Amino acid sequence: MSIVTPTRAAESPGPFWRRAHLTPYWLLAPAVVVTAVIVFLPMAQAVITSFYDLILFRPNASRFVGFGNYIKLFSDPVFWTALWNTVIWIGLTVPLQMGLGLVTAILLNREFPWRSVARALIIIPWALPSVVIALMWRWIYDPNTGVLNDLLIYLSVVQGAVPWLADPHLALYAVIATLTWQGFPFFAVMILAGLQGIPKSQYEAASLDGASSWRQFLHITLPGIMPVLATAGLLRVIWVANSMDVIFVMTGGGPGYSTHTLPLYAFIKARQNLDFGYGTAIAVTFTILLGSFVAVYLARTMREVEK
Amino acid sequence: MNKPSTLRRILTTDLPVALIVLFAMAPFAWMILTSLTPSAQIVSSGVSLSPAGWSLDNYWRLLGQTSFLTNMLHSLIIATGTMVLGLVVAVAAAYAFSRFRFPGRRLLMLQFLLINMFPVVLLILPLFVLMRRFGLLDTHFALILANSTVAIPFAVWMLTSYVGAIPKSLDEAAMTDGCSRLTTLRRIVLPLMVPGIISTGIYIFITAWNEYLYALTLGGRNVRPVTVAIQTLIGEYQIEWGLLAAGAVVGALPATLLFLFVQRHLIGGMTQGAVKG
Repeated sequence: MSIVTPTRAAESPGPFWRRAHLTPYWLLAPAVVVTAVIVFLPMAQAVITSFYDLILFRPNASRFVGFGNYIKLFSDPVFWTALWNTVIWIGLTVPLQMGLGLVTAILLNREFPWRSVARALIIIPWALPSVVIALMWRWIYDPNTGVLNDLLIYLSVVQGAVPWLADPHLALYAVIATLTWQGFPFFAVMILAGLQGIPKSQYEAASLDGASSWRQFLHITLPGIMPVLATAGLLRVIWVANSMDVIFVMTGGGPGYSTHTLPLYAFIKARQNLDFGYGTAIAVTFTILLGSFVAVYLARTMREVEK
Repeated sequence: MNKPSTLRRILTTDLPVALIVLFAMAPFAWMILTSLTPSAQIVSSGVSLSPAGWSLDNYWRLLGQTSFLTNMLHSLIIATGTMVLGLVVAVAAAYAFSRFRFPGRRLLMLQFLLINMFPVVLLILPLFVLMRRFGLLDTHFALILANSTVAIPFAVWMLTSYVGAIPKSLDEAAMTDGCSRLTTLRRIVLPLMVPGIISTGIYIFITAWNEYLYALTLGGRNVRPVTVAIQTLIGEYQIEWGLLAAGAVVGALPATLLFLFVQRHLIGGMTQGAVKG
């Protein structure tokens, strides 16, 4: 690898020789300044707000409460419900997306005439706005006129109309199904890229040795795509944990608190009750809980970059 | 030998792929069918599966009786603004990251990766408070800034990997010929980055166009992008699925077409960098 900077610095003498050293910082300045203002400043604001009792329509009643909001959090049953829902939400959605994505990628990696068409069409769920996805699935799940119930009754899978989003025991799983549908193309595309990086010669050698296709999958395919699975999986855990737009539009967190996840709870607290102090405290807590996944992902990616 | 192997291929590959494609497309296809069925008919006899029952009635109402075109314009302004701001700051940053080795480089790169992981909910509440204080709520500028929280780190990472793929020997040759750093960036590197800039820009555009929560929270009566407008089509007394579906189809179309257009170019950069969505 050639490093240009030092030679450049040496080539340009005179009182402004330092300039060459500063060039990268000047180039970075706009991006750093803008992100500082729109990301780090609000984040600092969030941490400060979480120590206050701040109801937005009563700004004068705002007062410092220290860790008050956080202490309140631990005795709030809704917080624990939302935390548990978040665990189910991530624990089911990410593996389902990955499983379906893996099957799709393996199929798309085979030779067949309409392969590029199939690859483009499968991506559609990824491209759609989440608000469209949410409304679309609300229409499909509709208990009276929704097509899912019509279909299931026609196939005699269920006896009567199922209120998918109105039943507190079903709603979370119905939304998870929607998010699985939305997210599997991402995995399919990432895994497909990983599959195409595995040399064909490895499979040829293995089949000469008489390895069955299952053993080939286990000993060549799986190790070959492991790095992609890990990166995409981590990225998706973070993304799925954060995403609340689909739930917000589909159920608004209801019925009751049955589809509240932590970020959604924070958002609803602030949006509907204008309780920004408490809402922000939930958001900060959630961010800290998510932090371990983020740390693992950052460490992995930075190692890749250094290679 | 050829016949049975083709049959085998159809059973083990074409058929399962067809099922997955059907699964991926069916919901949106259903939305399109719904949008083509007049609202009154949806209530009385359900969505029409045969072309005989189709009409553009919902689309005419969408364009004639609602402000949907204005909402599209707002989305266009916001998405374009985000794209321009994101690309301008990211091109320079990407060049610095890939061509210089300087103290703090790792830390700054890490910073951009970290930003991409921040929960929306952590930023959306303080951004609302701050923008309210500065009187920015309900402006295009507010939404451009909010969308940039995602767009800038994404663009920095994508473009860094693109610039990294351009041989450094080209820069060195230009500088040996007496070009300055910035001239080299402008004359040599930038033209080679164009494909990367286009696909990154389009992806930012799509993400900003599809964004919903910031639009809902920081927008308002004056600035209402399509994603928020679609939801207002829902109707006051009963849900107007036909009109809503027409809005969803029209609102989703620009981003979907662009996505199909750039998907192949995006994969390479994505497997390396951080991507949301």
